Amino acid sequence: MSFITVKNVWQQYADQVVLEGLNLNVNEGEFCTLVGASGCGKSTFLRLLLGQERASRGEILLDGQALASEPDASRGVVFQRYSVFPHLSVLDNVALGLELPRSPLLGRLFGSAKKHAREQASVLLHKVGLGHALDKYPAQLSGGMQQRLAIAQALIMKPRVLLLDEPFGALDPGIRKDMHALLLELWRETQLTVFMVTHDLSEGFSLGTRLLVFDKVRLDPHAPGAYGARITYDIPLNSDRRAQRAAVDALPPTLAGVLRTA
Amino acid sequence: MRLINRHPDRPSRLLLVILPFALVLFAYFMGSAERLTENPNDKLLPSAVQMADAVKRLAFVADTRTGEYLLWQDTASSLQRLAIGLGISALAGLCLGIAAGTLPLFGAPLSPLLTVLSMVPPLAILPILFIVFGLGELSKVMLIVIGITPCLARDLEQRAREIPVELLIKAQTLGASTWTLMLRVVLPQLLPRLLISLRLMLGSAWLFLIAAEAIASTDGLGYRIFLVRRYLAMDVILPYVVWITLLAWLMDWGLKRLTQRAFPWYEGARA
Repeated sequence: MSFITVKNVWQQYADQVVLEGLNLNVNEGEFCTLVGASGCGKSTFLRLLLGQERASRGEILLDGQALASEPDASRGVVFQRYSVFPHLSVLDNVALGLELPRSPLLGRLFGSAKKHAREQASVLLHKVGLGHALDKYPAQLSGGMQQRLAIAQALIMKPRVLLLDEPFGALDPGIRKDMHALLLELWRETQLTVFMVTHDLSEGFSLGTRLLVFDKVRLDPHAPGAYGARITYDIPLNSDRRAQRAAVDALPPTLAGVLRTA
Repeated sequence: MRLINRHPDRPSRLLLVILPFALVLFAYFMGSAERLTENPNDKLLPSAVQMADAVKRLAFVADTRTGEYLLWQDTASSLQRLAIGLGISALAGLCLGIAAGTLPLFGAPLSPLLTVLSMVPPLAILPILFIVFGLGELSKVMLIVIGITPCLARDLEQRAREIPVELLIKAQTLGASTWTLMLRVVLPQLLPRLLISLRLMLGSAWLFLIAAEAIASTDGLGYRIFLVRRYLAMDVILPYVVWITLLAWLMDWGLKRLTQRAFPWYEGARA
């Protein structure tokens, strides 16, 4: 039984078909990179997984259950822009994820609970390399640091699925490399299933354990919107990492936990 | 060098700032001196001495009838009405704006209503306010509230809509409910915007206040100006106008400083 099952999903806006007949099985812990031409539905697919939109036809199952039809804490997300809250400090941006679920009335914690949440957030921020900028506001950070913050913010929730929509698209090549290393490290340590939309093919190949190519197989030149994109290639990649992940998963949980954090 | 590329340096900028004020004052006092030499009883353009006398009489000598210092009493009542009016408007505008801007189900009925309401000329319904709320404090405060709340609400609704949808989605993935999302994401991002809107609405608020005081009141800055108009007392009216302008400018400046102090993230985040 696969972790995420996509069954015959279509997405259509008015008479514009964006996705057609999408079928996909993804196991827990896979790192899927989504590539394809602009406007071929990669981001639409991501929005479906996020629950921001509902599929016109078909269904998406998470662990055998229909996916919640609105965004929730089970799926973390990092966008290319506007992923962090400009009015909160770096520390509070991450601590917010601990405060919101625990305080339904005020959305904030006080006293020792608040201190504890901030400590937890601080540990994670040190890990993504933002330990020196805890009190800064996002506007004072560079683009790369903002995306580090956005990733930390998503991971504090311990989501089972992490959705990344061109997260490094606006970054310099050098910074991008650092971000790849960080992302792979975090992916190794957690059981995260990652979906990442990217325009950078080499990024898609080097990061993923599975590359999904979106493309239109049918095209009517007189009605460009008549047909949608499908997944035309589904390529397993980086078999060493796949094997490693599988081997760790096969171990008893106590031992696996030690290995992951190592 | 083209005019568009020429910038004043610091001292000349200061000079350029002072210049128009100095010119206006100079023109006034020249005209005043000329008229007063022709007719020492002229009331239209009082001299600085006459105005200073009037201010002394109103601000530092107790009124023989009531025993009050009129300028301060007028100022206190006017500011009180203004503060209550602005406070209620800010609160109502914020609540309406957030509700209409973030919740589609609230926005659908509220948004067109606010648009129509903001088109009603508040002074046209002033008689209705006097009829409904009487001639007391309530009708004056209500005029300010009715006059500026719809505009504030519309502006904040627009700002709330401008918050990137990514942030609202992100907050939901961090476990926010509708309520906590509004409380921790939308509200704090709109507060600096509320202060800016208030600054822009200050002029209208003063307009409504003075109109209401002019028509039915027993004290207040607007009341005094319209009262002494009967005696052509320009020596009182002009200092009062200057005083009102100063108060309005101070409020504007105070709100600006408050925005910078309380929301240090705001300037950077807009860039």
